[in-house]
Formats: sequence, structure tokens, C-alpha cells
Amino acid sequence: MNATAKPASNGVEKVSVRDLQFYYGASLALKGINLPLYERKSTAFIGPSGCGKSTLLRVLNRMYDLYPGQRAVGEVMLDGQNILDPGLDLNLLRARVGMVFQKPTPFPMSIYDNIAFGIRLYEKLPKSEMDGRVETALRRSALWTEVKDKLGANGLSLSGGQQQRLCIARTVAIKPEVILFDEPCSALDPISTAKIEELIDELREEYTIAIVTHNMQQAARVSQYTAFMYLGEMVEFDATDAVFTSPRDKRTQDYITGRFG
Amino acid sequence: MSFYPARRRRNSMWMGLSVAAAGFGLTWLFLILAVLFWKGLSGVSLDVFTQMTPPPGSAGGLLNAIAGSLIMTIIGVAVGTPLGLLAGTYLAEYGRYGKLAFVVRFINDILLSAPSIVIGLFIYEVVVAPMGHFSAIAGSIALAVLVVPVVVRTTEDMLNLVPNSLREAGAALGMPRSLVIQRIGYRAARAGLLTGMLLAVARVSGETAPLLFTSLNNQFWSLNLNAPMSSLPAVIFQFALSPYKEWQQLAWTGALIITLAVLTLSIGARALAARGTVK
Repeated sequence: MNATAKPASNGVEKVSVRDLQFYYGASLALKGINLPLYERKSTAFIGPSGCGKSTLLRVLNRMYDLYPGQRAVGEVMLDGQNILDPGLDLNLLRARVGMVFQKPTPFPMSIYDNIAFGIRLYEKLPKSEMDGRVETALRRSALWTEVKDKLGANGLSLSGGQQQRLCIARTVAIKPEVILFDEPCSALDPISTAKIEELIDELREEYTIAIVTHNMQQAARVSQYTAFMYLGEMVEFDATDAVFTSPRDKRTQDYITGRFG
Repeated sequence: MSFYPARRRRNSMWMGLSVAAAGFGLTWLFLILAVLFWKGLSGVSLDVFTQMTPPPGSAGGLLNAIAGSLIMTIIGVAVGTPLGLLAGTYLAEYGRYGKLAFVVRFINDILLSAPSIVIGLFIYEVVVAPMGHFSAIAGSIALAVLVVPVVVRTTEDMLNLVPNSLREAGAALGMPRSLVIQRIGYRAARAGLLTGMLLAVARVSGETAPLLFTSLNNQFWSLNLNAPMSSLPAVIFQFALSPYKEWQQLAWTGALIITLAVLTLSIGARALAARGTVK
């Protein structure tokens, strides 16, 4: 049932998940996932709670490695390199695969430092250049006009929507190739949500994007591809239009029409 | 509804008992402070801070005792805090789920509640006895041993309050774990960590028992760490038990000074914690 059949002519596979199984201790949470993420496209992961979509996302930057007892088996190729390889440098991987979380997580420091901090991990820049990078990142995430006069203020003093855009700016600033969004709008009001969605759509021009969402309209709005997951299985993967207008699997149809989940 | 009056009565009874218990505790604290001020304040003068502890029957001050207390407390805290901070960091960040952490945590809790006189005896055995004489350095080590468990406990507690989402956010940028801890964990827990250190200072600055076995006391001005050194608690102990009026007065004054110092530190620590940045 793992839908791997892909419409051709979709461009480059930036990430290829192949026969991925994931364990929380002894319990199997992902049962053999196959999935491509196409370069410079957004792919939405949808499905009812507990279906494994966040788990799958957290495999893509190996965030699960922070916790004992969690392990992944299979292959996740990023530009032809298996990121599940135990010898892989996780910090370099995470510099290439950025992540934005459900709850905004600004660091307890100034707005400026929230962004400069990440850049300083990889580059040593003179002050003027750093200022430029911080500004670019903030403009990129549509936050610049709101914060340009208070860059020294604590990141925690911003509103929820602004904090989330700050986190996106922070992620973009270190120039990743892939950005993972884990329900980035679920803690935000509709206006902030609209801004973030617009932003994700713009970012897609430069980055490969994967987004987990519970909101099907959101998936339809921001993604070109949609993966429907259910009970740890990849039920259906296709172009977003196709999934929402003519789902091939009964379970996908039931879910998107609101019959369960 | 028929239970309601009875429930109200029970509520006010428990409330009354709780208030009475709190009042009982506070009364003693208030009485101690009142007596200290009553007996000690009259002895406070410039001499207390400029003169050495006097021989019986003559006037003097507490300068050598105050200096000794400051020196040994500072060394003890300076040695104990980094150890405690690192051990607490291990418990909260690296070994959180491990067996070793469980054992360390358990032993630390025992150390935390160990009578300080036992620590004094222990340092006597391993430092004073081999050296052949009492010394300020032995006193500092004893205080450091008392500082460690306090700092370990507060460090672990404060780092545990830092949400995991913040650690993940750091890791998601490609930060190595050590940087996540230093730049994000410590920063988010800063107020709490500082509070822990101040509480440790407050705890050890009033300790008498471990010093009696280690630094002993010194009638004279001495900054030699390899020699016995005076300290406020030891002087209070000696002078309060003496039959001499001047000594007794100095003991009261010393007790007032030490209490006010600890009180100030504790209030400062609480104020810092209340303003805490942990979120």
C-alpha cells in the first residue's frame, strides 16, 4: 500500500525516504515509509494525530537522536547521502536541514542575537556584514519593518506570530537547503497564520520544504505535493491537487472529507 | 446540599490550623531577629569592623573574624560552585535518563542532608590530620564540600525547567550539545543558577561545626591560608560561652552581623528568582 508511483517530470528528488521504519523503544511508529521530497517544492504531511507525520519529519534532521530509545531503520537519502548513517555529523546535517517548531521558540536573547547566533556558528563576519545578514533574514521572513527599531529587545517580547517569523528568519539565516515545518501555525491566530503561509510559499522558490499540518486547507494552500499518512503508513502520495480532488485510497478520501480523524 | 455546612466547618478548621502553624514558625523567626537586634545592636560601632578580637577583659572588634569568614566562604564557594554546576549539568543534560545519574542524584541528596559536623570530622581526618595542624585551607575545603550538593541540586532543578523545545531549537540550528547547554540552557536558567549560588553562600557562611575541626580559630589578624584562621561563627561560639561581658557582647554583635548578611543574601536570591527568566 505504500504509494511510490510518482508522476514523472517532477524535477530533482532532494530527499528520498526509502523503506523507513521508526521505533520508540519497542513500538513501531513508522512502518516502511517511502517518500520523495522534490527540490524547491513544498510537500505537506497530513493525517490524523498519532499517524507518524511529526515522527517522519523529526527523522529528516535526526532530531530524534536527542532522546534515548528512539531509532530509525532504512534509508533517508539527502543528495545521495544516507543521513541515517551513524558516522554522519549531525550538526552539519542540521545546518543543511533546518526546522521550525509548533510552538515559537525564540532564544532568551535579543532579536538581533537570535539570528546572529546561528550565523556565528558557521561564519565569522565583520559587524557590518553581520548586520546585513540579519536584515536580509528578517526581511525574508517579513518581520523587518516590525522590528527594525528594536533589534536589541528580547525575542520573547514579541507576539506569538512575530516570534514564529523570528524562528523562520533564524532558520533561513544559516542558509539551509531543506526547511521542515512542524505545524508552524497551530499556536497562531488567523492573521499570523496567513502571513506564515504566504512566507512558506515564497520560501519554496529557494528551499525544499516539508510541512506537517492538521489543517487541510493549509496543506492545499501551501504545498505542491501531499502525503497522507495513517497509523504509521504512507497511504498516498501525489500532487496536492490530485490528492484533494481524486484520492486513490478510500482512507485518504474519508480523511479529507472529514469522515474520520 | 446538606453536607455543605459541615464542609464549611471543616474548611475553616483546616485553614485555622494551617494559619496557626505558619504563625508559630514565623513567631520564632521574629523572636530570634528581635533578640539579636535587642542584644546586638548596642554593640555595633566602628570598632567592630576595625579592631581585632580582644583578650578577655578589654575592648576590641571582630575584624579578623569577619575577614576570615569572608575569605573562607569565598574560597569555598569559588571551589564548590563550578564543581556543583558541572555535576548538576551532567544530571540534567547528559545523564538525565542514565543509571549513573540516578546514583549520583541519590548520593547528592544524602550529602545535602548530612550533618555539617560530619563533614568537619571528615576534613579533619583527610586534611588536618595529615598536615598536622589546623588551617584556613582545610576550613575552605570543608565549606566547599557543603556548597557542592546545594549547587548540584539547584542547577539540576533549574536546567530541568528549561523546556526541551528550546534545546531542540538549538540543535535544529546545528549547535553542538555543549553550546546548546552553555548558550541557551544556562542563559534561560541564569536567574535560578545565581539563586542557587547565593543560597549556598547563605548556607555555609553561618556554619560553625565544620570550621571548629578545620580552621579552628585565631585571636590575631592572619591571612595565611596555611594557618588557623578566625571566623565569625567560631568566635561567636567561643565568646558566647565565655564569662566575660565584652566577649559576650561581641558574640551578640557578630551573630547580628552574620544573620543580617545571610538575610540580605536570601532576600536577594528570592528577588532574583522572582524576576527569573525561565519561561
